[in-house]
Amino acid sequence: MPAGPLLAVDDLSVTFTQRRRRDVKAVDGISFSLDEGSVVGLVGESGCGKSVTSLALMGLLPSRGVRVAGRAGFRPGGGDTEADLLSLPSRRMRDLRGRELAMVFQDPLSSLNPVVPIGRQVTEILVRHRGLKGRAARSAAADLLARVGIPDPGRRLREYPHELSGGMRQRALIAMAVACRPRLMIADEPTTALDVTIQAQILELLKELVTEEGTALLMITHDLGIVAGLCDEINVLYAGRVVESAQRHELFRAPTHPYTAGLLASIPRLHASRDLPLTPIRGTVNDAIDWTDGCAFAPRCDNYAEDCLGGPPHMREERAGHRFRCVHPVRTDAAAVSAEQSPAAPEPSAPKGEDR
Amino acid sequence: MLRFIVRRVLQAVPTLFGLSILLFIWVRALPGGPEYALLPENATAEQRAALRRAMGLDDPVIVQYGAFLGRLLQGDLGQSLQTGRPVLTEFAMKFPATVELAVMAMIIAVSAGVPLGYLAARRSGGALDSLVVGGSLVGICTPVFFLAFVLKLVFAEQLGVFPSAFRQTPGIDATRITGLFVVDGIATREWDAAWDAFMHLVLPGLALASIPLAVIVRMTRAGVIEVLGEDYVRTAEAKGLHRRTVRGRHVLRNAMLPVVTAIGLLSGALLAGAVLTESVFAFGGIGQFIYSATQTRDYPVLLGFILIIAALYVLINLIVDISYSLLDPRVRVS
Repeated sequence: MPAGPLLAVDDLSVTFTQRRRRDVKAVDGISFSLDEGSVVGLVGESGCGKSVTSLALMGLLPSRGVRVAGRAGFRPGGGDTEADLLSLPSRRMRDLRGRELAMVFQDPLSSLNPVVPIGRQVTEILVRHRGLKGRAARSAAADLLARVGIPDPGRRLREYPHELSGGMRQRALIAMAVACRPRLMIADEPTTALDVTIQAQILELLKELVTEEGTALLMITHDLGIVAGLCDEINVLYAGRVVESAQRHELFRAPTHPYTAGLLASIPRLHASRDLPLTPIRGTVNDAIDWTDGCAFAPRCDNYAEDCLGGPPHMREERAGHRFRCVHPVRTDAAAVSAEQSPAAPEPSAPKGEDR
Repeated sequence: MLRFIVRRVLQAVPTLFGLSILLFIWVRALPGGPEYALLPENATAEQRAALRRAMGLDDPVIVQYGAFLGRLLQGDLGQSLQTGRPVLTEFAMKFPATVELAVMAMIIAVSAGVPLGYLAARRSGGALDSLVVGGSLVGICTPVFFLAFVLKLVFAEQLGVFPSAFRQTPGIDATRITGLFVVDGIATREWDAAWDAFMHLVLPGLALASIPLAVIVRMTRAGVIEVLGEDYVRTAEAKGLHRRTVRGRHVLRNAMLPVVTAIGLLSGALLAGAVLTESVFAFGGIGQFIYSATQTRDYPVLLGFILIIAALYVLINLIVDISYSLLDPRVRVS
């Protein structure tokens, strides 16, 4: 067994530069790691740098106007040699993408080429990485479609994206992603564009595939409900940095960063009285201040105090594996008490026989 | 599909009918009349008036139009006043020259325009992009006849690289099959004749290609820039496909869709430009004949030729629409 995680992202930052404009730091020093076969969530609201992180890891950011710094150690083939995804030459990245690294995108309709049949879009990756040709490629593609639960794959291969339903399209995209049994799959909000009923099916499918193949999954989402049912470990992002990182149960049991606590509290609860207002987090992500001036979440934080400003708060680890970036964390016992009073909705094991 | 075609053809009927009225009025509104071209310069006013009466040109315009329409419905476009031959025969004789020229121009425009537009898009904002965009603006703005004259002056008369007029060097005895000289030469393996005809096509082809080239460059550039930002290109990249696969299958194929439509619309500009280009190069196609028909007020030729061209234009765009539906499955006509 080789030492170290499959992917170790260290201090990744992505800055968009434009002539005559201020640079925009979309990702500001993210660090996290992912073990072989594990499922890790990257959670945060829109604009916190989730998607940019995934594109940076895939080497899909435009080369002009973007500055990427940091390190993303990846062990291709699961071997001992480590390659830095952020600095590999583009030709090597092209070889890795699709074969070792795969990605499922947010909007399945726009992510499929409208004028190329589904079959071609599936076979092209088999031709590229597995050297399959003609009939062999087509039958492998049909197997893949069947595998992701698309009925009548022979017919679907000849159809165009607009002839498929939304769920089918996302299944087709997943088929492309798993075509070469990648070691790491990044799913960027894979269910956001889908109906709720389809969402559950797609998540189930993803879970099934990664478990069977031993593929590691980096799940990028704004939906805590999704990570609750899927992820082993969760990283909460705010303004381009990880603010809290813990195992799933630990995070839902004892959210420590006020932002995480706020996210959990904002989930509507089924058993709450109808007259109780929802509890949103104040303000928007645009209210963030620069990390160099203090905690970016300070302007929206209920626990705000003077010493939140003046410099970036450091990552602290009070319990093993549970790290957070906060000077005035939510007190764990209080969080635990509140969690007992109103169990976090997405936590599957939390409700203790209340109904059902 | 058949219903789509029938509907489109039926839609063209009122268009062509309206055009025939406009044309008739316009042609009659030209000062002078065929009596000046047909009679010698020293003919008396009485002689001219007698000829006009004999040709029915003094009848009310509405009566003349009725007679024209009646003959048209029987497939008779009348005779050319210049040559005495039926208008349809004249058209059939001169049409291949114009087809050959227009095809040449379109080949130049597409084969240069698509790569240039693509390169400009890949490096948008760069020096090559500015050059291509600026150049295409000049191409659109330059009158075709002016460009034709310049090309002829420089490359034919000064440098002598290309012939300055006609479709083939006079005296070449080539077999005629289709009337497309290059095609005929290749078909009969008369390579010298084919090459000679090809060289005669270069300058007029370039002159005529200027506007379509400029339009295609710009449309390709805009299309590629748009498609490069599409999610499915990112998906293709995420699959690790080779760069040429991403470009050909995913970028260019989608970017070409609007260009295909433009090619149909540009065929009209080609036929219009052919009038001037052919005149400059004495090319002997329908364009040159329309020009001389305008000079001599050859009413039947003007009316007949322009109506046929309009009908062809409708036909070309129908074909383009059908081929578009083959390229883009989303608009497939059911």
